[in-house]
Amino acid sequence: MTTRLFGEKVQRLEDPRLLTGQGRYLDDLGHDAVAVAFVRSPHAHARIRDIDVSAALDAEGLISIYTWEDLPGRLAQPLPLLIPHPALTHGRTAYPLAKETVRHVGEPVVMVVAEDRYLAEDVCDLIRVDYELLKPVVGIEEAAQGAQLVHDDVPGNLGAHFVQEVPAADGRGAREAIEQAAHTLAFRLDIERSASMPLEGRGVYARWDGTDLRVYSSTQTSTSVRMAIAAKLDLPLPNVEVIAPDVGGGFGVKIVHPWPEEILVPWAAMTLGREVKWTEDRREHFVSSAHERGQVHFVRVGFDDDGRVEGLEVTILHDHGAYTPYGIIVPIITSTQLLGPYKLGSYRVEFSSIYTNTVQVTPYRGAGRPQGVFCMERTMDKIAQYLGADRTAVRERNFIQPADFPYDQGMVFQDGRPLIYDSGDYPEMLRMLKELIGWDSFERRPGVGIGIGCYVEGTGVGPYEGGHVQITSDGRVHVSTGLTSQGQGHETVFAQIAATELGVPIERVSVVTGDTRRFGYAVGTFASRAAVMSGNAIALACRKVREKALRIAADALEASADDLEITEGVVHVKGAPGAAVPLATVAVLANPLRYAFDEEAKRATQFAGTASPDLPPVAEGEEPGLEGRDYYSPVRSTFASGMHAAIVAVDPDTAEVEILRYAVVHDCGRLINPMIVEGQIHGGVAQGVGGALYERMVYDAHGQLLNASFMDFLMPYATEVPRVETAHLETPSPLNPLGIKGAGEAGVIPVSAVIAGAIEDAEGIAIDRMPISPSELFHLRG
Amino acid sequence: MTQEERHEITLVVNGVARQARVPARRLLSDALRHDLGLTGTHVGCEHGVCGCCTVLLDGEPVRSCLTFAVTVDGRELTTVEGLAGPGGMSPVQRAFAECHGLQCGFCTPGFLCTVTAFLRDNPSPTDDDVIEGISGNLCRCTGYQNIVKAVHRAAELMAEESE
Repeated sequence: MTTRLFGEKVQRLEDPRLLTGQGRYLDDLGHDAVAVAFVRSPHAHARIRDIDVSAALDAEGLISIYTWEDLPGRLAQPLPLLIPHPALTHGRTAYPLAKETVRHVGEPVVMVVAEDRYLAEDVCDLIRVDYELLKPVVGIEEAAQGAQLVHDDVPGNLGAHFVQEVPAADGRGAREAIEQAAHTLAFRLDIERSASMPLEGRGVYARWDGTDLRVYSSTQTSTSVRMAIAAKLDLPLPNVEVIAPDVGGGFGVKIVHPWPEEILVPWAAMTLGREVKWTEDRREHFVSSAHERGQVHFVRVGFDDDGRVEGLEVTILHDHGAYTPYGIIVPIITSTQLLGPYKLGSYRVEFSSIYTNTVQVTPYRGAGRPQGVFCMERTMDKIAQYLGADRTAVRERNFIQPADFPYDQGMVFQDGRPLIYDSGDYPEMLRMLKELIGWDSFERRPGVGIGIGCYVEGTGVGPYEGGHVQITSDGRVHVSTGLTSQGQGHETVFAQIAATELGVPIERVSVVTGDTRRFGYAVGTFASRAAVMSGNAIALACRKVREKALRIAADALEASADDLEITEGVVHVKGAPGAAVPLATVAVLANPLRYAFDEEAKRATQFAGTASPDLPPVAEGEEPGLEGRDYYSPVRSTFASGMHAAIVAVDPDTAEVEILRYAVVHDCGRLINPMIVEGQIHGGVAQGVGGALYERMVYDAHGQLLNASFMDFLMPYATEVPRVETAHLETPSPLNPLGIKGAGEAGVIPVSAVIAGAIEDAEGIAIDRMPISPSELFHLRG
Repeated sequence: MTQEERHEITLVVNGVARQARVPARRLLSDALRHDLGLTGTHVGCEHGVCGCCTVLLDGEPVRSCLTFAVTVDGRELTTVEGLAGPGGMSPVQRAFAECHGLQCGFCTPGFLCTVTAFLRDNPSPTDDDVIEGISGNLCRCTGYQNIVKAVHRAAELMAEESE
């Protein structure tokens, strides 16, 4: 019998510490560290004339005050542009502390270090910054006019302009195909700004011992933060370690790096010779981290009498805020993932990525897909309505069929690779969803409507992740991988993979993520990639270790490795459980010793008689120890998919929307832990509901964020989130050894499309702008 | 430079009397976390909305981020560190693990304190009671479905164990 844990609802290994207050989040560390607070710009656009710190110099607890002029070397230069792209002709990034100009409310201007955070904030209040106000650029369409500029050297506020076109099989362009189609529709669709909004904000804690720098950051990528710090502070890479401790949610925002604070806090620690910590407060998170979602879409579609799309043209205005550290990934994902499970006759997409004097835009869970899916699914609904056809029938006629895989959409995806779907079964998924929600038996009644949304999600993007597996002489299995965790249960699922591959009890497996001391090569956690990338890397590393264990055990047991298997941590001859050696002993034998540090170790010493005296103790090509390392680097992404449906009731008087039922069919290939996948879906849907009905960033004409608190930015409580009914389809990915696809972002992607469709169905009014509040819906009724 | 005035206070936390010298403006959340080293209580918004910082004050849930430490001098507090008994995790804690009622775990201490008090007052709640009972706590990860399930499961465990 082998230990089968892959695919089981294994309870999480993380939970005991998190349930008893023993988790270690960023602000739980560094009890004796001194505190950082920032003076941040209160203006959306201004020139700094003077910074006067004289009133603050006497303040209790003050340790130091820094402005841009104090920053040395590369620290004084703009932050890196993380993802360059040829179309991003005018990429701009901020300085760690503002130099001359501030371009959004919340931009850091002065860093204060004091004995504690209260005192640091007191000091901030005593610093006077004299600003010359400039006219702010707010609102994407106003910004696109280019009358006022966010950056003097970026004409038209245009950061990037990009066109991708997939012509029809007969060579016609999408515009021509649309012109020549039997029917055409044109409309505009809007999605407003929202944000990841993890309950733990960002934070950085740094220690410097004169030679080595250790930094803790609430980040989604500790390896890349490490490289950025080493580069910015001109330190040798081996002298810098970065650790992501327990992280209280990320949802995308914590992939951005280095944040100004991630290099300023370590620099302060080095400069002052003190432990230094900065913990973001909620208002800071609203005005100085990142937002997403805000886009305007102009859609033209041509289709035949059955609703088959012959040509689709989408023109997108993307508001990327004041800076572009993460490049144009969000609109690229919108443009490519908009296609969903459909094969269109032809497609042309064009986007302009525009500067405004608002917080920068970087991926938030879904990362441009919710907007793309909103476009495609609203288009399908409008075609169905125009033709008087069932909405699911129109979708079905446009589906890619199971026999079409691998299916090449003819575009370039966010990883720079061709957009080729690896596997899926969309007709079956639709059948399952219709059954789950009762689509065909849904009874139409006033004020109640049903909606549907389909999506395909490219997951597990490269370039790579790695895994290291070590079995120690106590029989324990230590797994490490470089990417980070923010609540996804990686310790559990990676332990399941290792336990299954190695044949050991899961209790003996421990997993470390996001600690560069344990694993230095990694990319990070984003794009639903952790399970696919690190899961497969760990499986491959385990296979190497298993092979080595069998080789050593074969010698010890005088058997052939082919006749051995590992069960419950013991290597034994198949069918002869008596001829066995525990992995603990194999680990001892794997490391030839001179010194017996304990009883068990005696077996590996020079007079134990276990090694041949005529051969080198470590054979050529071998390494001491029972451990292995491997990497997984896929040629391209693997494509998960899903379909959601909802039934909503709209109050006839107040226009309040209540979600009566919410159904999800989801396909992420083979499931490692169904409990965890369901949890990811529930959480994603809840964020989707927030985005559909409640959450938006409200900027006024002066560039002030009017709702920068949890009082006014309305995240759903338990009272707002429906119970989610789920069903799973499993079409394994042919691209990776475990056959898995990513699941992290799935839940959030189609929710706005689904809810809009359901409200439209209930009310008979076109819903083209999300989120929608009761008062907006009330006014739409006219 | 004037030194901020400090006050000697005693907080009875998880059954143990603890002393601290704090300025009048010191938040209870900060006093627990940074003066007493009980970092299990988390701070998500510092304006009383998210509920991450919920602790039990004389048995009742309060927002420790909206409470000045000096105002609870001499009072009894229970934090997440005090929920487990000598026999291990409390029924509420076990139910959250069993039902996957947490992901990142940051909001969890607040939920555990809230739910502990809620189930003491409503030992066999309906679905609506549960949703109402946890409606003052934000969670960004779970979508609440498994938290609701965990509250029901905790009620079951408590009933079984009191038999």
